Amino acid sequence: MNGAHLEVKSLRMYYRTLRGEVRAVDDVSFNLYKGETVAVIGESGCGKSSLAKSIIRLLPRNTSVYKGMILFNGLNLIDLDDEEFTKKIRWVKITYVPQAALNSLNPVIKIGEQMIEPLILHQKMDKDEALKKATELLKTLGISESFINHYPFELSGGMRQRIIIAMALLTNPELMILDEPTSSLDVLTQANIINLLKKIKNEQKISMIFITHDVSLSSELADKVAVMYAGQIVEFNKAESFYHDPRHPYSKKLMESVPTLRRDKKLDFIPGAPPSLLNLPKGCRFYDRCPFSFDKCLEDPPTLNLDKDFNVKCWLYGKE
Amino acid sequence: MLALWEGITMSSPLLQIENLKKYFEIRRGFLGRKGYIRAVDGVTISLNSGESISIVGESGCGKTTLGKTILRLYEPTDGKIIFHGKEITHSEWKNLKWYRRETGLVQQDPFGALPPFMTIRKILEEPLIIHGIKDKKERENRISEALEKVRLIPVEDFINKYPHMLSGGQQQRLVIARSIILEPKLIIADEPVSMLDASVRIEILKLLQDLQRKYELSIIYITHDLSTTRYFSEKIYIMYAAQIIESGETKELLANPMHPYTRALLNVIPDPDPSNRFIIKEVPLGEPPDLMNPPKGCRFNPRCQKLIRGICNLEEPPTIEVSKNHQVKCWLYAKNEKRIH
Repeated sequence: MNGAHLEVKSLRMYYRTLRGEVRAVDDVSFNLYKGETVAVIGESGCGKSSLAKSIIRLLPRNTSVYKGMILFNGLNLIDLDDEEFTKKIRWVKITYVPQAALNSLNPVIKIGEQMIEPLILHQKMDKDEALKKATELLKTLGISESFINHYPFELSGGMRQRIIIAMALLTNPELMILDEPTSSLDVLTQANIINLLKKIKNEQKISMIFITHDVSLSSELADKVAVMYAGQIVEFNKAESFYHDPRHPYSKKLMESVPTLRRDKKLDFIPGAPPSLLNLPKGCRFYDRCPFSFDKCLEDPPTLNLDKDFNVKCWLYGKE
Repeated sequence: MLALWEGITMSSPLLQIENLKKYFEIRRGFLGRKGYIRAVDGVTISLNSGESISIVGESGCGKTTLGKTILRLYEPTDGKIIFHGKEITHSEWKNLKWYRRETGLVQQDPFGALPPFMTIRKILEEPLIIHGIKDKKERENRISEALEKVRLIPVEDFINKYPHMLSGGQQQRLVIARSIILEPKLIIADEPVSMLDASVRIEILKLLQDLQRKYELSIIYITHDLSTTRYFSEKIYIMYAAQIIESGETKELLANPMHPYTRALLNVIPDPDPSNRFIIKEVPLGEPPDLMNPPKGCRFNPRCQKLIRGICNLEEPPTIEVSKNHQVKCWLYAKNEKRIH
């Protein structure tokens, strides 16, 4: 125990396909403190969604390896059996908003009835009581409570996404995992959702894991940033230092490819493509794209702890 | 063909779009009333040879329809499209073959835009065959040349591959290769990078920029992403509810946005900055209007915080030239300025 709300230690999740074993989450460790938000950023296919699914235990059917430690309030979630996990954790203490969730509402059931399902299922509330709770929650979030009597098609995408987020708050969870909660939404709608999430973060002190491919957007919520590359966290850093001075060569190059609206900067891209998770190279996984690589990089780099909750997985920082 | 270009002075723009309109007729409900979706409603744009502009707007604002209408994949309802001095607004499909050669389209989803059963060679050969290049050797040369231009090199490694064997970025480069193989003068790139990762985005946009500069291509970059326009276009047109509500040189417009909608957009788009998380940003209420039934007066008026009641909600605002190369369609600036429409 180190006081962290969620402590992930050497988490691995591999799954088997016809073409071989995909190492989607490969030795990932990080700490999340109560009320904090960790943004997980990285390119598509880097394993960030798999990391979320491993924490909430929504594993692919062909999972071959699932091990490590997920300490949540000191309790190792990996040790729980499925029934216990469903009863005590998933959608009770930890909620999860999957990607494109706004399209996952049932079109023929009214919003209200869909929203209260977790309350009836997990907390055994009766329907009226649950509806009352849902109405109150919408009110506090500044969402019109009349939506309860509407069908999903009557709402815009942004509204549906707000409903989904409200739904994930209904059971008073301690941790919310949001997987690309604003992708596919328009700029202004996105800003609205982000405002809602900031409000939740400030007022309800919920811990969040915010998964996104958008570096600029991640800074809207992140207290800490985890940069993922090829199934691993290559840098874990505080927001204050990360956005001004990313340390891992991949983070640096990624930051160089982010256009800024308010000032000019030199934009650059990373040549090449990330390695396939089916066939990972030996040593540092960023080796062949890295401008700073040297001989040592052919050996697997250790995760070096530079400060409290500040780790970089790179040989450049371990020479002394 | 050559006769077409005669009598055109060098100074005239490559493309002139004047008060362009595209309405789609629809019926609502069973035996419903006839109505029109006004997807493009009075757009005026002018584009010089070798220039790159961007059209920025949210989904459903009509930017894709505008692009497709400019390419004459749709026939305009009203207005004019003049390309190289020749009006093609209502030209028949069969008389537009030359225009197809002069223009190219790059769409959002590269994989969807590529036939999965054709090799790269076949994909790139098809337009050459259609446009009458009979010599096989020449076709082969032009295919190699196009692949080199988009840096799918070494060419031999790629030419026999199928689209699914390429990464997303490579697929989009192939789409670009196809769009430039007939050496067009104008490329319309409709959200060419929105499905790609950050680094690949910049790679593709830089490629388009290189092509534009090297071969005097004109590019219309259609996007919802204002932050990339700063780097990849010389002029920005902001579109809202089927109309251009502000336009100007990129730097000027971004430094000095005037329309309340543009200001709202610029206000909410984040740059990577850890202090963002402490600020709740002001966002205009509501949603963009239904294009079948847009509000009276200014189309942004129901959401606008600077609303002048009695004017903005009644009368359509004029487009006003606020400074050289900066125009805004808003009543706030209508006092002593020169009206241009």
